[in-house]
Amino acid sequence: MAPHEIRRPFKRRPISDQQKRRELSLLRQSQHRSDAQQRARNLASSVISLQSSSSDVDPEILFEAVPELDEGTESESSSFDVRQASRLRGPEARKWFARQLMLPEWMIDVPDNLSRDWYVLARPAGKRCFVVSSDGTTVSRVRNGSILHHFPSALPGGARKKGASGPANSYSILDCIFHEFDQTYYVIDMVCWRGYSLYECTAEFRFFWLQSKLAETGACDPPSFYHKFRFSAVPFYNCDQTGLHSAYTGSLPYVKDGLLFYNKHAHYHTGNTPLVLIWKDESCSQYVIDTDNNGEVPNQQHIVLELQEEGKLVTSDDPPVPFSCLNADFVKQSGLLSGSLIRFAIGDGGLNCVDGRFEKADLQYIGVSNRARAFADSYSKIMFQYMARHSPLKVEDLASTISHENQQDKTPEVEMSD
Amino acid sequence: MAMEVTQLLINAQSIDGTVRKHAEESLKQFQEQNLAGFLLSLAGELANDEKPVDSRKLAGLVLKNALDAKEQHRKYELVQRWLALDMSTKSQIRAFLLKTLSSPVPDVRSTASQVIAKVAGIELPQKQWPELVVSLLSNIHQLPAHVKQATLETLGYLCEEVSPDVVEQEHVNKILTAVVQGMNAAEGNNDVRLAATRALYMALGFAQANFNNDMERDYIMRVVCEATLSPEVKIRQAAFECLVSIASTYYEKLAHYIQDIFNITAKAVREDDESVALQAIEFWSSICDEEIDILEEYGGEFAGDSDVPCFYFTKQALPGLVPLLLETLLKQEEDQDLDEGAWNIAMAGGTCLGLVAKAVGDDIVPHVMPFIEEKISKPDWREREAATYAFGSILEGPSADRLMAIVNAALTFMLNALTNDPSNHVKDTTAWTLGRIFEFLHGSTIETPIITQANCQQIITVLIQTMKDAPNVAEKACGALYFLAQGYEDIGPNSPLTPYFQEIIQSLLSVAHRDDATESRLRTAAYEALNEVVRCSTDETSTMVLQLVPVIMLELHNTLEGEKLSMDEREKQNELQGLLCGCLQVIIQKLGSEPTKYMFMQSADQMMGLFLRVFGCRSATAHEEAMLAIGALAYAAGPDFAKYMPEFYKYLEMGLQNFEEYQVCAVTVGVVGDVCRALEDKVFPYCDGIMTQLLKDLSSNQLHRSVKPPIFSCFGDIALAIGEDFEKYLRYSMPMLQSAAELSAHSSGADDEMMEYTNSLRNGILEAYSGIFQGFKNSPKTQLLIPFAPHILQFLDSIYMEKDMDEVVMKTAIGVLGDLADTLGSHVGGLIQQSVSSKEFLNECLSSDDHTIKEAAEWAKHAITRAISV
Repeated sequence: MAPHEIRRPFKRRPISDQQKRRELSLLRQSQHRSDAQQRARNLASSVISLQSSSSDVDPEILFEAVPELDEGTESESSSFDVRQASRLRGPEARKWFARQLMLPEWMIDVPDNLSRDWYVLARPAGKRCFVVSSDGTTVSRVRNGSILHHFPSALPGGARKKGASGPANSYSILDCIFHEFDQTYYVIDMVCWRGYSLYECTAEFRFFWLQSKLAETGACDPPSFYHKFRFSAVPFYNCDQTGLHSAYTGSLPYVKDGLLFYNKHAHYHTGNTPLVLIWKDESCSQYVIDTDNNGEVPNQQHIVLELQEEGKLVTSDDPPVPFSCLNADFVKQSGLLSGSLIRFAIGDGGLNCVDGRFEKADLQYIGVSNRARAFADSYSKIMFQYMARHSPLKVEDLASTISHENQQDKTPEVEMSD
Repeated sequence: MAMEVTQLLINAQSIDGTVRKHAEESLKQFQEQNLAGFLLSLAGELANDEKPVDSRKLAGLVLKNALDAKEQHRKYELVQRWLALDMSTKSQIRAFLLKTLSSPVPDVRSTASQVIAKVAGIELPQKQWPELVVSLLSNIHQLPAHVKQATLETLGYLCEEVSPDVVEQEHVNKILTAVVQGMNAAEGNNDVRLAATRALYMALGFAQANFNNDMERDYIMRVVCEATLSPEVKIRQAAFECLVSIASTYYEKLAHYIQDIFNITAKAVREDDESVALQAIEFWSSICDEEIDILEEYGGEFAGDSDVPCFYFTKQALPGLVPLLLETLLKQEEDQDLDEGAWNIAMAGGTCLGLVAKAVGDDIVPHVMPFIEEKISKPDWREREAATYAFGSILEGPSADRLMAIVNAALTFMLNALTNDPSNHVKDTTAWTLGRIFEFLHGSTIETPIITQANCQQIITVLIQTMKDAPNVAEKACGALYFLAQGYEDIGPNSPLTPYFQEIIQSLLSVAHRDDATESRLRTAAYEALNEVVRCSTDETSTMVLQLVPVIMLELHNTLEGEKLSMDEREKQNELQGLLCGCLQVIIQKLGSEPTKYMFMQSADQMMGLFLRVFGCRSATAHEEAMLAIGALAYAAGPDFAKYMPEFYKYLEMGLQNFEEYQVCAVTVGVVGDVCRALEDKVFPYCDGIMTQLLKDLSSNQLHRSVKPPIFSCFGDIALAIGEDFEKYLRYSMPMLQSAAELSAHSSGADDEMMEYTNSLRNGILEAYSGIFQGFKNSPKTQLLIPFAPHILQFLDSIYMEKDMDEVVMKTAIGVLGDLADTLGSHVGGLIQQSVSSKEFLNECLSSDDHTIKEAAEWAKHAITRAISV
């Protein structure tokens, strides 16, 4: 006898796995569609609108000699995508771009699982910059947002030239270091490629993409009329013994300035992040210890802190780490404004740490910092510099951590990339 | 005009194929060349008592098929053709039909009843044939019994065919009066009484007003209840079917009768013929369905706001109802677990018990536990099986807190029964019960886990062992493993299944390869469990999933090598291909992203080659599965997918042309979206072909309507991928979008299902607009879109004013407003400011609790501010 039309035999499965697969596919497709639309709407999802980021940097403090074009035409706008941002001019653009780089913390202790979860690469010496190719031109901007070069390139949309660089509205954003000596942009990270945002991709993917895509465009070719500077991808290694050794001692076409460590799983995060680390010693960098304005290493460590309300002095971290306090009368007398960046020297009292946390500092006031600076120092930078002067973290420490990890972790791991 | 068709109709039933075919063609030709003559001839044949019964019956059937068809578009055509016939032809046909109702031949009368109902179904909504009901009922009391029977049957079919709102209440009253009088015990003729009872079943939907009237309702209920006591079994069954229908249609009117109905149903379940007892149980199942729905609404957002209050009939009936149902569990048939189509009183009783548990929750437990405890260890397998079935049945409904102690105590016993019970039935039900335990009481939402470090090993060992048992038992064990894995879906990085992963995979593969795996859908269950185990696996086991890739690929390869298979073997082969493609699809989704992607993609070429070969075999299921798998692969491969396009394209096109197996078409449309997102502008060379097919699909009235909204969404995917190059398709796609938008703007009077469809259509249209606007953004060709802006804004305004869109549409709609402003900017600033959408609708979305709507609205707000500030 047939079951009642609405009663299925109770012991049979209510929905088939095929139906489940179908539904999951639909779900996946609609999710991807909405992601694609979201990307189209707001290409860089981590873009910070001008309004929300306007509080701590006054564009007037910045100065720059680049000619300003149609300044202010878009100053009414409150939300930007990268393409629009690329058309920003003057202070607005500087302010916006100053916020877009992912900034490494300084390595003050060795992270766990270095050999499994991290890449290492030798940082080229030079100016860190953001390179945006779009609408037939390429613009590079250094860390404080000011323009370094304005030039044609073989990057997608990077020159007014038909052909290889793809559709007119494609654009790319690269995180680079400009190496003066061979006039080459060394690409350390890829943020957007042909209009496709990589912000939400892991470093593992971005590096893979960078290595495979950059060369396709001809951007690595020698300079030509439509391609003023050569680009080159920085080689990266898994941070095991061999990788660390290659990055540290390997011979490279550029002058090294320390080692960069990237956590493989980290997304591109604007601003300071503990998932990218910088480490230096004398043998891989000429600039381990900060120099003063005259290029000389001062006797005392200098640090720059930001003055906040009620005389509080803080680092550039998010959230800021409070370091000290200025006397209210002193602030008044010196005419210091909240938000000013102030330079101090660390006195003989040094920095006192308890359980790895900063507790107290012997600070000596020097004066208002160089006006070209956009940020105060970060906590990790201050600590690294302090350690470099007193008890530096040595390359042997890194190597021994890795070999220690390997002994502990003998389970075979399959490398899924490279 | 009429023609002699007797010989043709007899030939059309000839056993000689040539004769039959010739006759069929002649009939078809006649129908095409002279519809009126054809129909009239058929009606004349049907009405003529001197003609052979066989030709008359076929005449009626052909006539019926000329009035109605399953496919919507065909049905519509037939209706239009009937309505276009001249009045005199139609009157003659009607007269023939009514005359046939008095024929002495029962089959002929019955055929005529159905044809009359079909004609009525077309004509009554057009206010034609208004005298039908009156002429049927005019002298019903004086009619001979066989004519009375035919008339009542006709009224039943008529009620089934037409909707209540086209029949005047006065006529409804007459119909019901005639029907209920025909059911009355005073009616001496059983055929008449049976016809009347069946007619009432169909007419119940017309009786809304009569059920609101106490006296009339009492009368109907009394007559129905009396009919359940008729000496004739068919009448008793039909009367219980009426009660079942009343339970769902007039639940809120039953309080007064429920005690009597309980007594009647209890007696029927215990003593009556099985066909009657099944309907008596079904009455309680329907009551449970109603109460579960009502209580669900109570628990929902608008507590206590349900239209119908819950009368808790089930809860009140528990002390009598549960023992009644438990008794039925002991009436199992031998081998019912081996027969796919089996349905008997024990199965119906168990199903009802499960519904009772869902309706009353914790309260059922004390009524069932004594039965379980008493019978679970009895020597008779029937008692052990019934006890286990009862236990399995009540696992959904009562709270985890209430069940936890019992389940924990039972677990060891059940694992033992699975290993040692001599009865196949008991093992089957035990494995099923374990599956239910894992389905409802195991997972991240349950506070105290059933599966612990202490017993996990044992559970898995026993399940794996049971997978070697008889196919029906092994199938249930696979099902249990499925839910066991599902419970660890969101476990985080470390799954308790990891230590057993390899063993589980190996065992499932062995089960799938058993010689008897095609029995009891064992092979399907094994792959389904494998899929779920893979889906719920963590990174710890990704290397093992990677190792599965070549294994499944080899199996799929082997199915493609088979030569000269019989029909039956081929069918099994296709089913297996479907399962393997499904499995690969799950694996692709699991491994196709970081960090396994690059390793996995090394198999992509081979895998794609296999999928393409699957398309070479004719099987809709395998096609659909291969297509879904390719969609997942396209997403994983990204732009690299371009290399497969030259070969894959023709199958994509074939899929889009598959109107009949619309699931294949629907899945293919989805894959076009995947391909667009993977290839972006590289999809352009294929777009002419794809767009042509999609436009054909949209204009086809053969294609199932559910495929149409995704086709519109697909326009958006294409536009987003190829950007301004979409220009060439604007003049085809925009008018289609526009007319679909007009159709879907208003939904007045639609039922829930229609409303849902309307909203999915709106969503598709809006996604198309979004994709097109975004695709054209920053292009000099943007201005091509300006002429469409007024209509699109108007569409947004009108769906806003209708106040009936769901959240999904709301989000898409406000996004379109933003996209329009973003892409067209100052060109449409004025237009936007005039629209309601940019004010009330936007504000409503800005203050939405749904963050995705809010996010889209923020975006729209910025875009509009920019557009109107310039």
